[in-house]
Amino acid sequence: MSHEITLTVNDQAYTRVVDSRLLLSDFLRHTLNLTGTHVGCEHGVCGACTVLLDGVAVRSCLTFAVQAQGHAVTTVEGLASDPAHLHPIQQAFWEAHGLQCGFCTPGFLMTLVPFLHENPDPTEAQIRDALSGNLCRCTGYQFIVDAVRLAAEKLRAAPAGAAGGGL
Amino acid sequence: MKPAPFEYYAPATRDDALALLAAHGGEAKVLAGGQSLVPTMNFRLAQPAILVDLNGIADLFGIAEDAGGGLRIGAMTRQRTVERSPLVATWAPLVAEAMPHIAHPQIRNRGTFGGSLAHADPAAELPALAVALDAQMHTQRAGGARQIPAADFFQGLFTTALEPEELLVAVVIPPLPARTGTAFAEFARRHGDYALVGAAAVVTLDAGGAVAASKLVLFSIGDGPIVAHPAAAVLDGTLPTGSAIAAAAAAAAAAVDPPSDIHATAAYRRHLVGVLARQTLTRAVDRALANAG
Repeated sequence: MSHEITLTVNDQAYTRVVDSRLLLSDFLRHTLNLTGTHVGCEHGVCGACTVLLDGVAVRSCLTFAVQAQGHAVTTVEGLASDPAHLHPIQQAFWEAHGLQCGFCTPGFLMTLVPFLHENPDPTEAQIRDALSGNLCRCTGYQFIVDAVRLAAEKLRAAPAGAAGGGL
Repeated sequence: MKPAPFEYYAPATRDDALALLAAHGGEAKVLAGGQSLVPTMNFRLAQPAILVDLNGIADLFGIAEDAGGGLRIGAMTRQRTVERSPLVATWAPLVAEAMPHIAHPQIRNRGTFGGSLAHADPAAELPALAVALDAQMHTQRAGGARQIPAADFFQGLFTTALEPEELLVAVVIPPLPARTGTAFAEFARRHGDYALVGAAAVVTLDAGGAVAASKLVLFSIGDGPIVAHPAAAVLDGTLPTGSAIAAAAAAAAAAVDPPSDIHATAAYRRHLVGVLARQTLTRAVDRALANAG
């Protein structure tokens, strides 16, 4: 059963025909070729596929593409305007070695965008709680926590809106 | 594609949703937050022929003080909204205390209050809270509505009193009696995992400081929420001293018959029941004393 859907992804409008059973994660990766959103467990445990749906962090593997009709999706591709100008959270992950293989990183980044917006100066306990739904098999999380602290510093220092698109 | 094919409907009104359920009955599955349903569809453990998506029905969302006192929570209200609601913190502090234990922030952003209740996972927090607080489940079907007490709503493993064409539309949580305290605790190996054991306690004191009524509800140790009647039998009518609470907790632990699985043995779960019963009853009594002024 097919449906025509219109939505915005990273502020760009798309209209596509999708099967009702197509997951939002597969829509982003296979239909729109936005492969920055990674697919790990595909049952909501690992957090790799986290995207923003109307600004809220959700699992794209637990949402059908057809449900995104009329909504705004933001993926990791929407964070930086070009590779030379990383989003402050990306820059912090780079500087603090908050990743090794990088597979889980898009999910961490998208989880952190709304978290750091709501909590500009989080405690370590708050950071670990916020990241509890994202699995990383490489880092042991310590450098990720360091990266979040650094990202919070960078975001507090950045002029409002400097990250682009309100992100 | 992971899930099996299905027909998808996104009704804009409650009546449209009820008409779809009336027409398709047992073939249709209701899609709320999807945080339990979609994983089972991705594994093809569930292959519903029809999904009726409630996310576009505005009047199923929201939290309000109920006309009859207490709190009315729309079935589609996101768990994250419940977690952050000042009304919930005021009227149902037990719910506010438990919400952060449900899965992870991204799941609560999407998961709904009513969806978790209708799913009736025996390891889930919300069914136990509904039973502890004597919540009323408000349901509708085409041409009819009814209220189901939480105690009658949960009928076993992933089974509720809901008929296939019936929709859970709201949950009403009555106000707590005077001199009442509540407490929640669960034990999980990692935060956000399903609990090995969870407990919710509600204690009401009389004017003399003795326990007028108590209720301890356990979850994740059987087919659904379990009311620990032996604990109440020990505690009710007594002064809630440390030793009385310890005796009540021991009675709760002695009465349960928890399962063994790869996560924990039955003996360990029984031990946890005793520990969590004592913790929650103690805190509920302390809070009841504080509420008694």
